[in-house]
Formats: sequence, structure tokens, C-alpha cells
Amino acid sequence: MALLELKNLTRRFGALEAVKDVSLSIEAGEFFTLLGPSGCGKTTILRMIAGFDAPDEGEILLDGVSLAGVPPERRPLHTVFQSYALFPHMTVAGNVAFPLEMMKRPREEIRRRVAEALELVHLSDKAASFPHELSGGQKQRVALARGLVNKPRLLLLDEPLGALDAKLRVEMQSELIALQREVGITFVFVTHSQQEALALSHRIAVMRDGRIEQCDEPDKLYTQPANRFVADFIGKINLIDVEVIAASKLRLNLKAPGLGEIEAVDARPLRPGERGVLALRPELIRVHGHKESADLKNRFAGRIKGLLYLGDVTHYQIELADGRVIAALLPNAAPGRAKFHEVGDPVWICWRHDAGVFLRD
Amino acid sequence: MMSRFWLWAAALAVYAFLYVPLAVVVIFSFNDSQLNAAWVGFTTDWYAKLFQNEEMLAAAANSLSIALLSSTLATVLGAMAGLAMHRWRFRWLPFLVLTPVAMPEILLGVSLLLFFRQVLDLTLGFFSILIAHITFSIGFVAIIVRARLAGMDESLFEAARDLGATPWATFRRVTLPLILPALVAGFLMSFTLSIDDFVITFFVAGVGVTTLPLQIYSMIKVAVTPEVNAVSTLLMALTLTLVLIASRFAPDVLKART
Repeated sequence: MALLELKNLTRRFGALEAVKDVSLSIEAGEFFTLLGPSGCGKTTILRMIAGFDAPDEGEILLDGVSLAGVPPERRPLHTVFQSYALFPHMTVAGNVAFPLEMMKRPREEIRRRVAEALELVHLSDKAASFPHELSGGQKQRVALARGLVNKPRLLLLDEPLGALDAKLRVEMQSELIALQREVGITFVFVTHSQQEALALSHRIAVMRDGRIEQCDEPDKLYTQPANRFVADFIGKINLIDVEVIAASKLRLNLKAPGLGEIEAVDARPLRPGERGVLALRPELIRVHGHKESADLKNRFAGRIKGLLYLGDVTHYQIELADGRVIAALLPNAAPGRAKFHEVGDPVWICWRHDAGVFLRD
Repeated sequence: MMSRFWLWAAALAVYAFLYVPLAVVVIFSFNDSQLNAAWVGFTTDWYAKLFQNEEMLAAAANSLSIALLSSTLATVLGAMAGLAMHRWRFRWLPFLVLTPVAMPEILLGVSLLLFFRQVLDLTLGFFSILIAHITFSIGFVAIIVRARLAGMDESLFEAARDLGATPWATFRRVTLPLILPALVAGFLMSFTLSIDDFVITFFVAGVGVTTLPLQIYSMIKVAVTPEVNAVSTLLMALTLTLVLIASRFAPDVLKART
């Protein structure tokens, strides 16, 4: 049985349907992420799980038992808020002790477990400090310790890294992964950052307008997006409008207006005339200076329109004959040269037939 | 350079206008003369006399006990009003609670008098004054408490619930400690409002029970004696102390009063 199950959850605010018929099942020990742009309903779902809000339809089951009507304080789960929500009038130790005191644990046990929790997040030396004396990253870790100290069944995290600067955020990501593995508690994480979601999660549910667009493992989401929205939302991608000419088990022949024929592959039974997009990751596109080196069937001539040199890699914008711009990403692995191509260079691009993913409209 | 001189001069004039009358009262309370005319010599006789004046002492006792009781009750009720205004944003609630703050005192005095006499048929005295003072203090406490809550992260209260605190435990362990400065400030504010209120008290006091401001008023009907100066000085010192303490607890208190 799944640890947490959402069944046909719907939540309306006036005329707005913030969450529409969402069903999910989250296993014990999972690091599960709700990913989507702001206003997609992910935080509303989190608030319903925590008990701050109630669904209009559907139900939430924890260990198979409905949480309907159970107030937040009686749900065996905790939330880490975006603002941390540390109690400003209590010390770090006081904050972490709070959930244990609410459970009326013996004083000796509280002291021991607070010490353990602070050690877990490497903040033992800050036990007597007040929240306003801590840095953003330290506050974050106190909030985590407070959420984990009484071993909840579930930890909900609402954009917990949103308030940190970029460098600290990356550090905290690694810490979060290690922490979750160490405590073995199920994490339900909410974020609008696809990079964060990919880096942290076992599984990700991509949301838009209150619905789940796709729920999959990070690499599946990246390589096999279910639709145009997911493809576009996760990472950078080229989307080429195409129409099916011929389809078989082994080959999919597509036609891109203004560009020509493209070869792809798709296991689904597709019919000629079907329309959609071919989604193509920039790093799967090869860029060559000579036509002969570009030895794949999907080959098109273009010109470097612009580039973004990032040291280890370079992002190229390549303008094709019909004016469309294709993004390509190349590692700067040319010995003796900083990068392969310069703006204005005529180039040939090509990609393997199995590089692109055909997405039906 | 010149404009700066005039700026200082103007500021000085304004402050003189505000504080010289007060200073005169203080100075003449130590003047060894029956008349507030010329400085004769230093004395504390007027203060000594003050503490032998039975009427004055009774009025002071009334004032202090009314101030203490009314500000305590107003703090409790005002805090509840402030919390309610914060939690449920009913549009008419702030209007209801805060109207007495904006209402002209004379109007409040007259209407309370009518209410006590015509509607409740209450004998005017200690309790009518007490209720009146609570009435005009609640709004001030509510404003201060609401201002304090408005500046606070809403997720603090959700976090408490989330971490296992019942609504009551949340109030006791999180809400109350966080609004405590506002409560102290509101209490002190109410106290000063109560102890120096004249207009409303004048209407609802009835006969027999007087407060310090009423007592002073009845004394100056005869003449402004040095004794009046002395009691005014003491009242001033008390009020000033309380306002200073209040402003330490909540810097926005002084703003709330204007």
C-alpha cells in the first residue's frame, strides 16, 4: 500500500479551479516533487495534505486512512515553509523542541532528541542562538531539524530553497538528498525550479493549471516528455512543428513545413496526417563545419546566429534556411580552441533518428 | 546658511510654544508663594500639602484604580478585537471597533451618559466611569495589536499547528508571546488615556466619585493654586513615564495615538 494517496482531489477558490481531479500515490521513503509554474496548484495540494486547506472533492489517504476532518496538529506529518517560519521568540533548541513538547515527551528525551536533530543538520553549536542571529542556510537547516525531530511519516517542503542564493541552493540540494537518505522519511517537495526537481527527486509530478501533466522519474521526464508543455518546461528544448507522412514500427517519417523531411522513431501506432511537434534536446544536435562530417539523414544547413560561451559548454543559436532558430549545446572539447564555431559561421546540423521525441498535439 | 538659521529658529519657537506652559507649571509647583506670579524661593511644601489633602488623595485613588482596572480589561478585550480583525477580514469589524477612537470625546461622553441613565438606569459613579474608560481604550489596544500582527509572518501560526500544537497551545506558546509587546504597550496606552481623561469622565462621573482631572478642574474654578501645579506635575511625570515605556515596547504606539 502506498504511504500517501491522493484520490481525485479538486479544490476551487470561487470560480477558479486551483486543483483539478488530481490523483497521486507516493511510496514510503520516496523523494517526491510537485513541479510547476507559480499558480499551478502545487502549493494548494501541499496545504491540503498538511491540513491547512480541505479539498472540495476527493480524499487524501495516509497509510490507507482518510485524513478528512483531521486537524493539522493531529496529522503525523510536518511542513517546512518557504519562509522557514521559525518562532522568533524561541532559541534554535526551543524551536526544535517544540514538536516534542507538543507531544508531551519527557524532558530528558526532548533534550536528547533535540541534540540529535541539531547534529543531523550540523548546527549543534547554534542551539542557544535565536533565529535572527542565523544566516539563511542555517535557518533552513533549523526548519528541517524541527520538521524531522519527531520522525513524522511525511515531510512536506514548500519551496524551501527559494529564499537562498544560487550557490547556497546547490549546497543545500546535496544536503537535502543526503539528509533524506539518512532519515529515510518520505519527502514531498514543491518547487517551480525544474533543475531543483531533476536534481533531488525520485519521482516528479509536473503540474499545469491544477492538473498533473506527467508523473515520472527525472530521466524519463527529460528524455520522454509526455507533451509539449512538459518538454518545454523541463530543460531547454527545440520544438519543431511536424506532420506524420508515414509510420511503421521501425521508422517514423515526418514533414516539417519549410524545412523538409525528418526521420524519427516512435513505438506508438501513428497514422499519416497526424500533427504534432518533434521535441529535440539541444545537446543531441551535432554541429559541423563541413557537410561531409554531418553524416546523418536528418541534416540541415544553417548559420551561427548567436552563441553563449559558458566555459565548459557553449549554447549556439543556429538559423536554418527557412529562418527558424535551433538551439544546440556543445561541450567545448576542442583541444587548443576555446570553442568550435563563431558567429556567422556556416554550419551543418544533424541528429540521430532516435534523438527526437514526437509529441502529438 | 541663513535658511538653516530660520529653520532652527522656527523649530525652537514651536517647541517653546509646546513646552514652556508645561515648564511653568512644573516650576511654580516648587515656588514658595501662594501666587503664580513671581518666583520667591524653592519649596516642596505644596507636595507635602497635597499628600494631606483627603479629597485629593481619594480622587487619586479613584483615578489609579479605575486606570488599572480599565486598562487591564481594555487590554484583554482590545487584544481579542485585534486578533479577530486580523484573522477575519470582515470589513465592518475595524469600523465598529475603531469608531470610538475617532469619535469626538464630548459625543462619546454624552451618549454614554444617556446610555447609562436612560437605557441601563445605572447609578453613576465608579462603575460608570470604569465602563466608559474601557470603551474608549479598547480601540487603541486593538489598533496596536493588529499592527503587530500585520507585520508578522502568517506561516508562524500555521507552523505551530503543523508541529502538533492545538489552537489553544498555538495561542499560548506562539501568538501570545509574539503580541506581548503590543499588549504591554496597549495597556500603558490605556492607562495614560484613563488617568488623564476629563471630558468623558466629566459626563459619566455623577456626584460623589471624582477622579484626579475632575478634582483639579474643581480646584482651578477657585484659583490656580500651587497645589494644582504640584498635582499636575505629578500627573505629567506619570503620563510621560508610561508613554516612554509604551513607545519602547512598540515604536508605532505614538503613531497610533495621533
